[in-house]
Parts: sequence; C-alpha cells; structure tokens
Amino acid sequence: MGEFFTPTFLIILLFSTIRLATPLIFAALGGMFSERAGVINIALEGLMLAGAFTAAVVTYELSNPYIGFVSGMAVGGIVAFVFAVAVIKFEADQVVTGFAISLLMLGLPAVLSSAFYDSAGSTQQVAKEFQLPEFFNRISLASILAFALVPVCWYVLYKTPFGLRIRAVGENPAAADSAGVNVIRLRYTAVVISGLLAAAGGAYLSIGQSSLFTRGMTAGRGYIALAALILAKWKPLPVLFACLFFGFTEALAIQLQGVLKMPSGDDIPVQFIQIIPYVLTIIVLAGFIGLSRAPKALGIPYKKGN
Amino acid sequence: MIVSLTGCIDRLPYRMKILREILWPLTAVFAAFVVGGIIVLLIGDNPFLTFYHLVGNSFGSLNDLGYTLFIATPLIFTGLAVAVAFRCGLLNIGAEGQLYVAAFATAWVGIKFGGAMVNIFGKEENWSWFSLPSILLVLLCIVTAVVAGGLWGAIPGILKARFGSHEVINTIMLNFVGIALVSYFTQYYFKIPGDPILQTAEIGQNAHIPRISQYIPGMPDFVPLSVAFLLAMLMCVLVYIFLWKTKWGYELRAVGENPSAAEYGGISPKKQIIIAMSISGGLAGMVAIGEVLGYRYRYYDGFSDGWGFLGIAVALLGRNHPLGIFIAAIFFAVLKRGEIFVDIETKYVSKDLVEVLQAIIIIFVASLQRYTRK
Repeated sequence: MGEFFTPTFLIILLFSTIRLATPLIFAALGGMFSERAGVINIALEGLMLAGAFTAAVVTYELSNPYIGFVSGMAVGGIVAFVFAVAVIKFEADQVVTGFAISLLMLGLPAVLSSAFYDSAGSTQQVAKEFQLPEFFNRISLASILAFALVPVCWYVLYKTPFGLRIRAVGENPAAADSAGVNVIRLRYTAVVISGLLAAAGGAYLSIGQSSLFTRGMTAGRGYIALAALILAKWKPLPVLFACLFFGFTEALAIQLQGVLKMPSGDDIPVQFIQIIPYVLTIIVLAGFIGLSRAPKALGIPYKKGN
Repeated sequence: MIVSLTGCIDRLPYRMKILREILWPLTAVFAAFVVGGIIVLLIGDNPFLTFYHLVGNSFGSLNDLGYTLFIATPLIFTGLAVAVAFRCGLLNIGAEGQLYVAAFATAWVGIKFGGAMVNIFGKEENWSWFSLPSILLVLLCIVTAVVAGGLWGAIPGILKARFGSHEVINTIMLNFVGIALVSYFTQYYFKIPGDPILQTAEIGQNAHIPRISQYIPGMPDFVPLSVAFLLAMLMCVLVYIFLWKTKWGYELRAVGENPSAAEYGGISPKKQIIIAMSISGGLAGMVAIGEVLGYRYRYYDGFSDGWGFLGIAVALLGRNHPLGIFIAAIFFAVLKRGEIFVDIETKYVSKDLVEVLQAIIIIFVASLQRYTRK
C-alpha cells in the first residue's frame, strides 16, 4: 500500500484536486450571493450547464476561449435572470423552479447541439490551442481566477455597502426595505451574479478541463457546490475549503480506481469514496459538526408590507 | 397572450373551482408548447408537424396504447409519491433514489427466494436460498419494494423531524448515496461474473407478474405493460381515500396547510413528517414492481429514465390530486413515447425536446401557482 503514496502520487493528487475543485468554487461562490440574498439556488446545476454549452459553442465557432468563457458567463446570467423572474416576480417555488431550470439545461443544449452539429447532445471538439490556457503543471487560468475570486467575494460581501445590503436582504428583508434598500432589485442582482459565476464554472468544464460539451456534463457538480455552500455555512473562505475537500474526494476516487487494493486483494470500491461528500453534507446538516444556519429569509418571497 | 389568459381564468367565480383547477394546468401546458414551438421554429423545423409526431403515436393501436400506459406506470407511482409529501408541506426530490434502492431490494428478494439459477461460464450455480411459491414470492417482492423505498424515504423525514435539516438537500444527497450503494452491491455481489452490463442476475420465474398482453387479444407479447399498471390505478384510489377520507390523511394535510395550527390542534408535525416521507418513499418504491417483476426481471443499473424527478412535474401538473396525477402521468407518458418519433421524423429536432417541454411546464405551473391559492 505504501508505495502508492509517493511524492509523485501526492503531487498528481494535489493538482487533480485543484482542477476538480475549480468548477465547484465558481458555482458555490455564485450560489452564495443568491442564497445570502434569500433565494435558494438549486438551479446552479443548470446554470453551470448553460455556461458549459455556450462556452463550447462560441469557442469552437470563434476559436477564442476568452470570448467563449465570457459568453458562457453572460448566458448563465441570462438564464439566471429567467429563474429570478419566476421566483421573485411570480413567487414560484424556488426549489421546484430551480430544479426545472436544471432540467431545462439538460434538454435545451442537447436540442440545440443536435440541430447545430447533428451529433446527439455534444458539441464539436475545440482544438487544444483554443482551450483556456494552462500554467505551471496544468493549472488552468480558470483555477487561478477561481482562487482569486474567493477574497474578492469576501471583500464584496463583508466590506462593501452592496454586500451589507445582500446580507440584510437575506436575513431580514422587511428591515432592509424600511432602511431604503430595494429588496426586489437586490435579489435580482444577486441571482444574476450567481448565474454569471456558476456559468464560469461550467465554462471551465467544457473548454478548460475537457474540450467539448457533452449532455449533462456537470454530472451533479451543481448539487455538490450547493452542498459545499451549506457545509461552509454560506461563508466565502470556508467555501474554498469545502470545495477543495470535495475536489479532493473526487480526485482520490479517480486516482485510486483500480490502483490500490484492499488487504483482501479486491479493488477498493470507488462508490464509497464517491458518496463521501453527500454523506458529509447530510451529517453537517443534521448539526453534528457545528450548526449550519441558513440565512433567515432563505426561500421566502418578499412582499412589501408583510 | 398568456398573461391575459391567466387574467381571464383568475376572474372565474370561486364556485367554478373545478374548472379553475383544470384550466391552470392546461394554461401551463399550452404556454410550454408555445415556447417549445418557438424553439422548434428557430432551429428550422415545423412546430405543428413536430408536435404531431410527439403526440400522434400514443393511442392509435394496442401496441401504442400499451407502451404509453407502460411508461405512465412509474410516473403514476412517483407522481403520487411526490404529492403525498407535498400535501404534508414537503418536497421529495428523492423519489429517484428511493425507487433505485427499492428496485435493487426487490431484485434481491426475487433472486434469493425465487429459486434463481445462474449460469456462470457454462456452469449452473444456485444463488437462491429458498424457492417460494409464486403468489407468496410476488407478495414478498411487493412488500420489499414498498418497505425499501419507504425506509429510504424515512431517512430524510427523520432527519427533518429530529434535527430540522431541510428535506430537499437531504433527498438530493440520498439520491446519490442510494444509487451509488446499489451500484456497489450489484457490481460486487449480484452481477453474473463476466457480464459486461452492470445488472444483477435474473430473478426467479416465480417472481414474474403477468403482462396485460396475456389478457388482451391483439396486444403484442413484447409490450411490457404489466398488471403493475392496474396496481398504479388502485394506488390512485387508495391515496385519495387515505388523504381525504381518513383521520391520518387529515392530520397529514393539516401539517401541510399550517404546521403550527396543526400542532396547536394536538397533531405532532414531527410524526406526520416522518409518516409522509415514509409513505412517499414507499410509493416511489412501487416503481420496482413494474420494472423488476414485470419488465426487466432483474435490477439494471440506470434503469430509470428520471422517473423520480419527472414525478415532481406529474404531481405539480396534476395539482397533487390522484385523479390529476393519473391524467398528468398519461400526458407525460405520451410525450415520452413520442420523443423517439420526433427524433426520427423531424429534420433537426431531437428527442431532448421533451425534456425542454417538461421543464417549461414545471416553470409555468410553479409560476402560476400563486394565482391558484386563494
């Protein structure tokens, strides 16, 4: 067993962890804005898919990953706006609608890509030189961006009037309203920001980590990001650690697959490593590892005069 | 157009409650088809022709009808499952995990008590402990499906009642956990060595339930519609009776309407939450009956085409009422049945259009909900 935990193995594991945590960091930070403002964001999965699909299409068509990345973010913002209209203006159930947005983004990219490229659900491959650039030992530009975003988000959320208002709106919208904050507009803004960020995570998946979009390629990462957000108690720096931890479990599951044997000589069942993030989230939610308290107004539509 | 339509419905007198109940979902469906039609038009196909292929192959022959009802069967179960939880104020996104766990447990019983013989590289091996007679075995399998699904559903119920943790997150997490666990057991213990497909061995002959084609002359034998569909219809009636004609159903709904008032009236919300989630999981687990005992005769990894999630759409469109759910399940089954024809018959539109329509219907139903609660 010992021979596998060589420096090489650990370095591979480290870089793999960073790569796998990157989309989670983007999405979880995005979810943080929306949820701190009081809007549950189960749509993260769908927003990531929107970003991934758009980035892959635009990068392939224009051969420019930067335009692709930004367009992915923009479309994520637009989809998030649609979500916001449904849950803020029409007060639709946030969980149900968010879930529907994720379902929509499973189907819509597949419909569009089979219309554009006549290939069941996937886009054309982006050439290596047009993917997001990588530095050092395969650290993507997007990973650097994701890590840099953590202090930025912390600053915005805790040190700016905008961040203060977001937190106020998520905790006590009526009080924020009477203090002159436009609750509705702020929630729209927060949800759109979550769309921009989650889509950036998705864009990294399609033009950074791989070179094309495939149907449902996020494979539940949006939900993992949500779990990371809860685990991190809706705070930016813990979000980074939670995402790194979930990235690590995923990296471990990949690296150990078929490599390491149990004492009995059987493979280590990867399923048990794969479920760690989910089980951990359940345990944390139950309050076994410190209380994870959600923003007070989370999930409650705001009506003036209530 | 849709806004003015909703305005018209909104002005209907309260006495015409039933008409309103029917018109709201129809408006959502209509709106979804308008948006879907625009998408079809934009990608260069004829929306009317596309929708004709989508819905035009569902009832024309016994073959078509059989397939449509076969697809509707799991949707009725999951729709009822989501609705029972909804009526208690809970959103069960975990039906998918519950039906996976149930399907595996059912297959396990069907193997262990069904006299299952397994052919391993040409050598017969007995994987069964005991061979039960058919009626007993089928009953045991059905009970297993309900109990396994119910237990998996009870977990988020207990977590919510005991620790107050949100059932939505827990059910999402338990989907991943449940599906991973049964995939583990299948891969390491119940797969026939050498089988390239991730599936268990076949259940014993005694565990099979009859197919409808046996009773209806002219329905081809290959149509997998089984008596599970009749059970699904029965469950619609039973859920209706439970929710509206029994004390337990009343208590469950009371918690859904207003938990603190219910508690004031002597009903324990915590107990009702656990009961509702268990029943919900049990209903979702019943999907295993048609799938394992009537169709595949084994647990097959990835057998569900998102039935658990589609149950949310079915329950929403069916207004959480068993009759509405039955109709909504048939409606979504029609779309599911039609997706393959859309794939073949249209030039650009792929079968994924159905998923898009489902999603848009959910968004519209959820957005119109505000107008209906009066």
